[in-house]
Amino acid sequence: MRYAMAIDVNKCVGCGDCVVACQTENNVPIGYSRDWIIEITKGKYPDLMMHFESQRCNHCEDTPCVRTCPTGASFIDEGGIVKVEHDECIGCGACIEACPYDARYFHPDGYVDKCTFCDHRVKEGLDPACVSVCPTYCMYFGDLDDPDSEISKLLNSREWYTLIPEAGTKPQIFYLK
Amino acid sequence: MGKLNRRDFIKISGTATVGLAATSPLTEIWQHIFPPEERPLLDSEMTKTSTYCEVCFWNCAAWTYTDKEGKVRKIIGNQLDPHSNGRLCPRGTGGLGMYFDEDRLKKPLIRVSDKNGKQEFREAEWDEALDLIAENMKKIERKYGKESIALFYHGKTGPHFKHMLQYWGSNTNAKPASSQCLITREAGFIATYGTGLASPEPTDIKNTDCLVLIGSHFGENMHNGHVQEISHMIDRGGTIITVDPRFSTMAAHSSKWLPIKPSTDLALLLAWMNVIINEELYDKDYVEQYTFGFDQLKQHVQKYTPEWAGSVTTLNPADIIETARMMGAASPRVIIHPGRHTAWYGDDTQRTRAIAILNAILGAWGRKGGFYFPEKVKLPKHPHPPLPKPAWSFKDLSQERHKLAFAGITNHIIEHALPEYTGPYKVKGMFIVATNILQSVPQVEKVKRALQNQEFIVVVETMPSEVTGYADIILPEATYLERVDDIRTSQNRIPNIALRYPAVEPRWDTKPGWWIAKEIGLRLGLKDYYEYEHYDEVLDWQLRQVGSSLEEMKEIGVKYFPRKTPMYIDEYTDEPYWFNTNTGKIELYSTDFAEWGYDPLPVYRPKPEGPAGYLRLIYGRLPMHTFGRTINTPHLYELRHEPVLWVHPKVAKLYDLTNGQEVWLKNPKGKVSNFSIKVRITERIRHDSVYLPHGFGHKGKIFVDGKEIKMSRAYGRGIADSELISDVLIDPETGGTGMRNNFVTILTENPHKKEVVS
Repeated sequence: MRYAMAIDVNKCVGCGDCVVACQTENNVPIGYSRDWIIEITKGKYPDLMMHFESQRCNHCEDTPCVRTCPTGASFIDEGGIVKVEHDECIGCGACIEACPYDARYFHPDGYVDKCTFCDHRVKEGLDPACVSVCPTYCMYFGDLDDPDSEISKLLNSREWYTLIPEAGTKPQIFYLK
Repeated sequence: MGKLNRRDFIKISGTATVGLAATSPLTEIWQHIFPPEERPLLDSEMTKTSTYCEVCFWNCAAWTYTDKEGKVRKIIGNQLDPHSNGRLCPRGTGGLGMYFDEDRLKKPLIRVSDKNGKQEFREAEWDEALDLIAENMKKIERKYGKESIALFYHGKTGPHFKHMLQYWGSNTNAKPASSQCLITREAGFIATYGTGLASPEPTDIKNTDCLVLIGSHFGENMHNGHVQEISHMIDRGGTIITVDPRFSTMAAHSSKWLPIKPSTDLALLLAWMNVIINEELYDKDYVEQYTFGFDQLKQHVQKYTPEWAGSVTTLNPADIIETARMMGAASPRVIIHPGRHTAWYGDDTQRTRAIAILNAILGAWGRKGGFYFPEKVKLPKHPHPPLPKPAWSFKDLSQERHKLAFAGITNHIIEHALPEYTGPYKVKGMFIVATNILQSVPQVEKVKRALQNQEFIVVVETMPSEVTGYADIILPEATYLERVDDIRTSQNRIPNIALRYPAVEPRWDTKPGWWIAKEIGLRLGLKDYYEYEHYDEVLDWQLRQVGSSLEEMKEIGVKYFPRKTPMYIDEYTDEPYWFNTNTGKIELYSTDFAEWGYDPLPVYRPKPEGPAGYLRLIYGRLPMHTFGRTINTPHLYELRHEPVLWVHPKVAKLYDLTNGQEVWLKNPKGKVSNFSIKVRITERIRHDSVYLPHGFGHKGKIFVDGKEIKMSRAYGRGIADSELISDVLIDPETGGTGMRNNFVTILTENPHKKEVVS
């Protein structure tokens, strides 16, 4: 089992629905977020290219966040989901420093919080909240170990890229070109 | 009472200082929204109640989830719903913030004035406020007649008040959603096809091969179901052509972007017709069978060559020809999208008619992949006595001047409410329901004078907006999550209905619109029209007439009904399809327009240019906001609360601007924006225009028992384009207000800064 996400930048309109859906699903306090949108524009008028990227924890295979955690609160759960055990987190922030994607934040209740791939939903056989709300159907979630999963097929048939591959973390969020 | 300026206090807030609270007040209230819990709740641990969204007119059906304590936790689209297919847009997902917003109006408020003439509001009980409203309505009736009370309205609350006033004897009403938005488009299509488009537009995007967007901004507008269909279209590899002075979100997703010079769209449309007709790319059989006036059209468009249009629009003629051929190749599975907010340049009925004509010659109307024929369920009206006939109505204000003013025109009601109006149809009192006419109706100074000239104003709202400050009585309405409204019965491929039912009790002392309207009605002696205790009874009665019930709808939320007529024109095989026009055909040449003295075929006329040093003001939408209504909504505010002014690098150089710099805007009439906006230097816009999102720049403030009430987050953020729209070009066919012919210059120094005496 290896959970991953693919996001088709040809369809994303950068509306931010994934951000709000995550906040309401996961009880993320207002003013904080586990996912976010960036806009990338290239070229000169009128020869332009623009796309949005919905970004979040990359649930990396090689996890500097987990490695640097002094208490073991950051850990890799089933399916490769990178999580934080809130009760064990002392809020030292080492993982926040270590993450090349800036995907973690201090929760006002005194621990570090981040995307969980909505594992409570995944266990129920549902997609993460961001995936299931997206009005452009640009996100795909699934198991890379299953060659017949939609995500495996997409990654086999389409061109894709990952963010900051040079960090060597083997990120598991793939952007379909 | 003397000739005191009754609404004097409002000016205090008129030119307030900018750059307020740097820290978001939201972080302090987060715990109000969700109790901190160990883990998120599973859907199975919550109760779900059917609703349909009120954050925009798309009205997506959804489920409101409440936890064991009865607290609203999330809103998720109803899978059965063709508007949302189970996926709400960010505004719908964040709609729970409308309920949680601590800045909401909480209690009825009555305007009071102290002995110095200082005005503020005091809290009141509902009975007192409602009695006072009925009393004042009767007073205006005695002086001027019932018709002199006008209604401005929007959304699903509006009709409760429209009906109440109609029962009473006033039919003087209008919606900004019509005359400031889509009436021109409806008129253009009615003149051509004998029917308008209504909502959701019956564009068969799901099946189209070529979608042409000319001033439509999907992805920035979140017309949910259609955004979804466009996504599926991208998967299928369909062609999208976007015409826009900005490199919009959809332009970035398009095969072809035509960065047109603003105001010249009609020239492009006519040139496309020229190419499509002269290169015989049109649907000959369809044109032959269903249209009237093709020969006149052909002759008419000869002068509108792509080369001519190239010089007018600044587009490359080769691109005009290429895109025309793309449409021709896709015919009839092609949609030249009619747009929605089409009140731009004062010839908007003609421009949208050109769109209608172009679709017709490509054979797209009533065709798979073009426009389907929608159907909706007609719910019988709950029985009530016949309506009294008013001596005059909205029609008398508009239809003499504008033959296609089939709905009330807000700007005409405003004219009739001004002190200088001396004719017979005076407007002397107003109900303003769920619409902030100071942001939606242009020429705000005129609107303010009209408001000042009223003897009585009632505002029904959930939030303190600009217009609430002008009320004599403010009635706090419950939000959509707290109330029942009419059944949503909207047109679609498959007729369907949806239920909005309260998931929670109204917070504070707020009340649902139906209750407020009924209580006023009862005080006006209209009890025969309100023979029900609760609105549930009305819905249940209506639902039973179509074989459903309130109980059933509470369970399923959305219900489908079988179609009764074919969805596409080709399926009408027994008899020729008849269009509701004079000729029974699609009128490429409009016989009505010829008779009424309007151009029977669209004619391009250049629009006024701005003075030297001024840039065209283009306003638009953000996907996470519904204009001014959501800027203060907690999650949505967080998503975007810093609007930016798009300027091309050339403009930035000219004005010596840097990214993120704070600027103010001024129009040629000297009107200066109240607040500032930050600059975004971007290649994504032409050098002759600036762009900002509509709905920001809130400055509404009221004082209640000495305490200031306002939208605490949205207040003072960004510029309201409506302040700068001083010039409107009136559409002759409808009276709609063309608002895109306004120009601004950029000020880098704060024009409101007070001199400091040292």
